[in-house]
Amino acid sequence: MSSVKLPVEKFRLGMLLGDTRYRSTTVQVIAFIIFVSVVFWLVDNTVKNLALLGKDVDFSYLWMRAGYDINQRLIPYTNDSTHGRAALVGILNTLLVAFIGCIIATIIGVFVGILRLSKNWIVAKLMSVYIEGFRNIPILLWIVMIFALLTEFTPAPRAFKGADPEASMIFFQSTAVTNRGAYFPSPVWGDGSVYLILIFILSLAAMFLFRRYAKNLQEETGKNLPKFWISLAIFFIPSILFYFILGGPVSLEYPYLKGFNFKDGIYVRNSFIALTLALSLYTSAFIGEIVRSGILAISKGQTEAASSLGLRPSRIMNLIILPQALRVIVPPMISNYLNLTKNSSLAIAVGYMDVRGTLGGITLNQTGRELESMLLLMGFYLCVSLCVSAIINYFNRSFQIKGL
Amino acid sequence: MSNISFVREKEIPQSPPPITESNAIRWVRQNLFSGWLNSLLTILSVYFIYVCLRDFIPWAYGGIWTANSIRECLDINPDVACFSVIGARWRQLLFGFYPTEEYWRPILTFVLLFISIAPVLIPRFARFFWFSLIYPGIAVWLLWGGSIWPVFSIYLAISLTGLVFFLAKNKFKLSSGFSFTAAILFFFLYFIFIAGPFIALFKYILPINLVLIESLQFGGFLLSMIVGFSGIAASFPIGILLALGRQSDLPLVKMICVGFIEFIRGVPLITLLFVASVLLNYFLPPGTSFDIIIRVIIMVTIFSAAYMAEVIRGGLAALPVGQHEASAALGLSYWQSQRLIIMPQALKISIPGIVNTFIGLFKDTTLVSIISLLDPVGLASLIRADQKWNGIYWELYVAIGLMFFICCFGMSQYSQYLERKLKTDNS
Repeated sequence: MSSVKLPVEKFRLGMLLGDTRYRSTTVQVIAFIIFVSVVFWLVDNTVKNLALLGKDVDFSYLWMRAGYDINQRLIPYTNDSTHGRAALVGILNTLLVAFIGCIIATIIGVFVGILRLSKNWIVAKLMSVYIEGFRNIPILLWIVMIFALLTEFTPAPRAFKGADPEASMIFFQSTAVTNRGAYFPSPVWGDGSVYLILIFILSLAAMFLFRRYAKNLQEETGKNLPKFWISLAIFFIPSILFYFILGGPVSLEYPYLKGFNFKDGIYVRNSFIALTLALSLYTSAFIGEIVRSGILAISKGQTEAASSLGLRPSRIMNLIILPQALRVIVPPMISNYLNLTKNSSLAIAVGYMDVRGTLGGITLNQTGRELESMLLLMGFYLCVSLCVSAIINYFNRSFQIKGL
Repeated sequence: MSNISFVREKEIPQSPPPITESNAIRWVRQNLFSGWLNSLLTILSVYFIYVCLRDFIPWAYGGIWTANSIRECLDINPDVACFSVIGARWRQLLFGFYPTEEYWRPILTFVLLFISIAPVLIPRFARFFWFSLIYPGIAVWLLWGGSIWPVFSIYLAISLTGLVFFLAKNKFKLSSGFSFTAAILFFFLYFIFIAGPFIALFKYILPINLVLIESLQFGGFLLSMIVGFSGIAASFPIGILLALGRQSDLPLVKMICVGFIEFIRGVPLITLLFVASVLLNYFLPPGTSFDIIIRVIIMVTIFSAAYMAEVIRGGLAALPVGQHEASAALGLSYWQSQRLIIMPQALKISIPGIVNTFIGLFKDTTLVSIISLLDPVGLASLIRADQKWNGIYWELYVAIGLMFFICCFGMSQYSQYLERKLKTDNS
């Protein structure tokens, strides 16, 4: 009766690296130690440096008087307002540029992407030139170039003066494009405009209800209503009708020349126009490529199968290609929106006061609170991008091909 | 057979296709005027091109190259381009305020750059890869000047450390972990005890010096190239490591990598550059201050490394899991399988993304003008501030834009060539 003696494995130090049972723990412990010590080193240095400079970390400056003016603002702000409010004005300005920029970029980008696939040789080439041109030249250069274009080639306000002016207003004498910016007519909300808005919202709701009804009808009976035209009618007719019934409660106030400048109307500065235009043109080139590759990613068999089912080319695009292409297109498109938002921090090149210009610019310089201001600034951009990432992830989950 | 009245015995010559189906006209019909919408688009495009070129061609073609100031230009002909500014200031646009008599140094560095990237780009020269490895030190020495011995001592440190590792492993039969530790220990000991005396000694025996150039004298495309190429070279390996870390099974490593990548990708580069210019001094031991260009390079590098990591992660995710399993079944270690099986395929898939990141990085070098370094865009405003050239916009922008376009377009064309060359499947 002999028992097999199992070799008792002694723990050796080398096993920490050589043995796969321990190695992952060792590596992680080492990584953790390095990480913690680097963080500690940085924090320790910061504390020492702050002590050396006699500074502390204090956010109370946000509630102190800012003392500087911001020339473009969406909420009331004077130089007596606080730094916090200045930051808020900047945040809203950033979001405004980002929002309008994204819309314009999407519209142009989708057009460019589809037209680049056109069978028309000259259109396709023109779109290639557009895309390559915008993608291969830095965004900063585009911003300053478009700003120079707007300030150099547009007339000064006084050119509109006199009986026989050198420049004239466009769109039925309603809009003036000058070297200081553009003046648009502004709406004046008269009596009864509340009802008009109410009617408009109701017709919007009616349109959605109708579309749902039409979809259900088609799925149950196969009957196909002219969805597009009816919803267009629901969208416009009640509002226009009530506009006249209520006696035109909303009117436009046109900008007019007074002295050496325009008065009234909505004044949009060149810096805003240049920034928005440059960002959206630049981003639209990227979106165009995304749309093109998204459409190309749908195999040709899909188109052929759809046309053998007897669908017309426009319906093939709407019902077969685009729904599938969107799955490929949307995630990178959203990350391009994010890039646009981040690139809007270049506003400083044309003097547009975005959040980097207020919180990370004048406030930082005036109060000398670099650390706090930069932390808040980065925090803001991080928040935006993390929110958008969450949206992308949600989209990816809900649009994944089920059962694959 | 008699009821057939006529049988042609010779083949008639083929008649040419109808005139509307002949090459040029058919091409025009099919590609430009195949329907009313297409015809409309064609006409609109042609009109658009005409409008663009109508003003641009005479403006650019008739451009004045010989004037001494914008006033002279306007006197000669106010309607054409005043390219004289480029003639007068091209040195600045290319080199910034680098001393004129030292121009051979950046030019030599640039030529050597091509020699050093040849082994990477062209497989035939791959055996000269050692030059690519020693190039960065040479470039730094050539551009900034000073004594050659500090650079040399770093090379010496690295090669001696390698030697220590090799000896410990093969001669004294230590395990790789211990050899590695020994090598690292030697590396630090070298810098604490040997480097200083070594540099001092050789500076005394054999002084090889170049004129020292201040970082603030760098500018123009030289600056863009320095920041761009060092960023590209450094962000690639860091990006690979970050991507591997993010895909790793070790939760802690993964967490650190994800946090780093998401943080960097979440903030604009311009805030990072501001951190480099105003905040970095807070994070370093009191009293240290180092070169602004190096700070910018560090920030640009970690910025594009985070983007690179995501691109490479996409390539890694696209690989079938069978590749990992097969390499594990062959008994390859983690690093072996990454090096021989996984990475070559993942990198091939992600070439377009990688090159896009490179192009983005190169374009982003213009942002340094916002922290008042004089890259071409910054120089453009500086040149405009000169009274002689006050009021010039387009000539400078066109020139700068063209330079960037050539570089970036070249890179993207190379990436397409590379994709075609490395394509192994038949799809």
